[in-house]
Amino acid sequence: MSLRGIIKDFWREQRLFEQRAIAAVVIVATLSLLLVGRLVWLQVVRYDYFTDLSQGNRVRIEPLPAPRGIIYDRQGLILAENQPAYQLELVPEQVPDLEATLQGLVRIGLLDADDVDDAKRTVRSRRPFDSVPIRLHLSESDMAAFGVNRFEFPGVDIRTRLARSYPYGETAVHALGYVGTISASDLERIDREAYAGTSTIGKVGIEAAYENPLRGRNGSREIMVNARGRSVEKLGTLQPALQTRPGEPGTDLFLTLDLEVQRVAEQAVRDQRAAIVALDPNNGDVIALVSRPGFDPNLFARGLTRTEYAALNDNPDRPLFNRALRGTYPPGSTIKPVVALAGLTHGIIEPDKPFFCIGYFSLPGSSHRFRDWRPKGHGAVDLRSAISQSCDPYFYSLSNQLGVRRLNAFLGQFGLGQPTGIDIGGEKSGVLPSPEWKKTAFKQRSAQVWFPGETVIFGIGQGYMTSTPLQLAHMTAILATRGKNFEPRLVRALRDPRTQRMTELKPAPLPPLQAASTEHWDLIIDGMRAVMEGGTATRSAAGAPYSIAGKTGTAQVFSVAQNARYNESAIAERLRDHAWFIAFAPIESPRIAIAVLVENGRSGSGTAAPIARTVMDAYLLRKFPPADAAVPLGDATEE
Amino acid sequence: MLREDVDSTTRRTLTQTARILGALRLDGPLLIGLGLIAAYGQFVLYSASGGDWNAVLRGSVRLGIGVALMLVFAQMKPGVLRRMSPWLYALGLLLLIIVDAVGYIGKGAQRWLDLGFMRFQPSELMKLAVPMTCAWVLRERALPPDGRTLLLLAALILVPTALTIIQPDLGTGLLILMAGGIVVLLAGLSVRIIVGLGIGAIFSAWIGWYFLHDYQRQRVLTFIDPQADPLGSGYHIIQSTIAIGSGGIFGKGYMRGTQGQLEFLPERHTDFVFAVIGEELGLLGALLLIGLYVFVVLRALFLASQMRDTFARLLSGCLASIFFVYVFINAGMVSGLLPVVGVPLPLVSYGGTSMVTLLAGFGMLMSLYANRKLAA
Repeated sequence: MSLRGIIKDFWREQRLFEQRAIAAVVIVATLSLLLVGRLVWLQVVRYDYFTDLSQGNRVRIEPLPAPRGIIYDRQGLILAENQPAYQLELVPEQVPDLEATLQGLVRIGLLDADDVDDAKRTVRSRRPFDSVPIRLHLSESDMAAFGVNRFEFPGVDIRTRLARSYPYGETAVHALGYVGTISASDLERIDREAYAGTSTIGKVGIEAAYENPLRGRNGSREIMVNARGRSVEKLGTLQPALQTRPGEPGTDLFLTLDLEVQRVAEQAVRDQRAAIVALDPNNGDVIALVSRPGFDPNLFARGLTRTEYAALNDNPDRPLFNRALRGTYPPGSTIKPVVALAGLTHGIIEPDKPFFCIGYFSLPGSSHRFRDWRPKGHGAVDLRSAISQSCDPYFYSLSNQLGVRRLNAFLGQFGLGQPTGIDIGGEKSGVLPSPEWKKTAFKQRSAQVWFPGETVIFGIGQGYMTSTPLQLAHMTAILATRGKNFEPRLVRALRDPRTQRMTELKPAPLPPLQAASTEHWDLIIDGMRAVMEGGTATRSAAGAPYSIAGKTGTAQVFSVAQNARYNESAIAERLRDHAWFIAFAPIESPRIAIAVLVENGRSGSGTAAPIARTVMDAYLLRKFPPADAAVPLGDATEE
Repeated sequence: MLREDVDSTTRRTLTQTARILGALRLDGPLLIGLGLIAAYGQFVLYSASGGDWNAVLRGSVRLGIGVALMLVFAQMKPGVLRRMSPWLYALGLLLLIIVDAVGYIGKGAQRWLDLGFMRFQPSELMKLAVPMTCAWVLRERALPPDGRTLLLLAALILVPTALTIIQPDLGTGLLILMAGGIVVLLAGLSVRIIVGLGIGAIFSAWIGWYFLHDYQRQRVLTFIDPQADPLGSGYHIIQSTIAIGSGGIFGKGYMRGTQGQLEFLPERHTDFVFAVIGEELGLLGALLLIGLYVFVVLRALFLASQMRDTFARLLSGCLASIFFVYVFINAGMVSGLLPVVGVPLPLVSYGGTSMVTLLAGFGMLMSLYANRKLAA
């Protein structure tokens, strides 16, 4: 193309361009003003709003978990403390693919394949920016394994945290309890804020009951983070003023528990399934609280794998079961002294009036024979020998005369059939039967009727009645102090770790028993003394430099849960009677009241009484047998 | 006496400088404006890259290349520029097709040709070639252009635009469209047609929606409601408005912007560098930059209006206007006025070949002004 032939009006075109150029200037000016207006809006008008947002972007509040309170025994020995431990933690929002990350950790052996689902649940239940522990207590080799593979796991890191440690392992585990990983159900009832940065919570025992004072209060610290959530200490000339709020460390607890006595008691039980509760009758202090078999609470503190937990949970000996607080057994003959006191108080029996024991008792007009444990009977017995020889017909007759209501009311004064009020949770009430109780306990109308025969066996602690070892120890303590009554307690003092100021807790007295006279108390305590001096448990008192009042008992095992895992001989073993023994000493000024239960121990005098003696020796004489010493033999009587 | 001496010395220096600039066919005020923007840009880049001298160094190298190209173009006779326009256009179109074909075969987004030492974006070349060619076509027609000319121009503009958008590079495609469009507007397109095209644009936007890639739709949707996806596609806009807003009037201080330095702000030294300026240097820092840009644009428009030749006028006017379009689109995007489109802040954003293209364009503009009395 060329300009030839085309007429161009240059002046017109010049004018046209100038108009358009002016229009362009106008548009440029308008848009520039729009831009400036936008900047003024953002930077002047909404400056405060955006400043807040920018501040929230770069500052994150990180919890500073408070160290958990330390637990001491009554001598000041440490039962639970905190040890620095390495753990694997994960920040959910920094992990690109949770599933792949967890599977990767399984591959390098840091996580059990069974635990992946649990880990996922834990991670999902936490806030996305919180660091969530997924594996506690890493070993050196674990850390090395993670170290070389770290690049594969963005958002996962090793952190040092204080972890709970129980230096004596299994010892006293059922009193102490343990801390374990916070579960989904825990999360529903706790304040998540208070547990930020903590992975564990007290699960049972003292750790659970005193969770709040033990935990303390978390502090917090502001940290500067970059867009990837990494903490940035200082960046070029950027150094913000960040605040730190220190937390409050958890309160230390001083227990009533005597670790040395506790260990002696646990050794004395050996591998039997048993429970022991020893109380100071003068204030309710729990000297020893044993439930065997036990388990190592450190397992829970460091995080159990599913397999480990299943092994504990499926063990037929039920190591997780707290027999001392939650095991309910027929108390058997151990309640006879209390029944005798009821008879005296209600004026039904005279202490010296002889009773002729012919080996059984029958209700008037009935041919049913309630048998004595000794088939040929005890012959003529008075109150003292009825207790010391544990003559069943004497108490059959007595309870029949007392009647179920008076029996129930009197035994109730000794705390039976109700919680003792011990300062850790989970205790069972057992059953103190009555016609009213029977109406609520059974659905069928025909089963709701109270039969006179049920009153008869109630008097020797059989039938519907069940008690926990703790309840029987509590009852023994009331007997020992002739009616003084205290709630059992495991914690005697709290200490503020910062000021070291101790706060002693006062014993919690319950209304004392007033029904019985001194004379009556003397009579039944004398009966219990006779148990140890010529009675059923004579051998267990041999050579004791202090006086002991005791009572043996056996609890019939009515049924055993049929479990396919048991073999023939094991079933037979588990159908044997439970052995009971209660005692207090010294009689003149009691310092210890004890209840011993040995499951399927067959004989209270043979198995339970020697254990009680060993524990009393340890506490009263500070006599500690070597760990492998044999428990002295008890009496060979069946009772 | 002494004062007169100083004055005369100054005058002599100025005269000499003017002579040198004149010999180099450079425009003093425009050069000063561009120099100040570039210097400001390098200063901000050091902070925006987190104190990385290498970034500044590489930026300076690119700036150097741009300046060299500007000098080269400034020396060219307007006739040479005019005659090379269609050839440049043809070359650009060929390269665009190659890039699209390579991208199609390689089954991926493809915007550049790897020349070994640098990556060259043909679409960048088209930003200059399209307005040049439009001006070349219009120079030989009577203005305002008639219908046939307009159809020819539409084809010349839309083909490279489409080829760029399918790469896919919506931002550059729209810039090519605008560059060509501005030439047509400056050529005196009748107001009636402008209005008609506006309506047509709205209608075709509605149609075009169905042809956009998902990520491109997402950008539009995000612009309408950034909070709908604060950690996804809305993240850029939210973080950059926080950065600007929290800067206030005076800013948080050089290298002390938390949004930028802690990397909350994405692409802080490339497309979103304006937010770093707003955060660290505040409203005043941003106004200074906008002021410099407006000065350059007005100076360039003034120079264009002084030209006697149609090709020179149209091309220069377009180069001046499109420079402002860059600024407005980028600053508007970063401050949340416009959707996120990948348009760099002229002479400040790090990377890309846009700085080279822009300076080359200003070189042409200076050449055209220096030879304004001549018919190109």
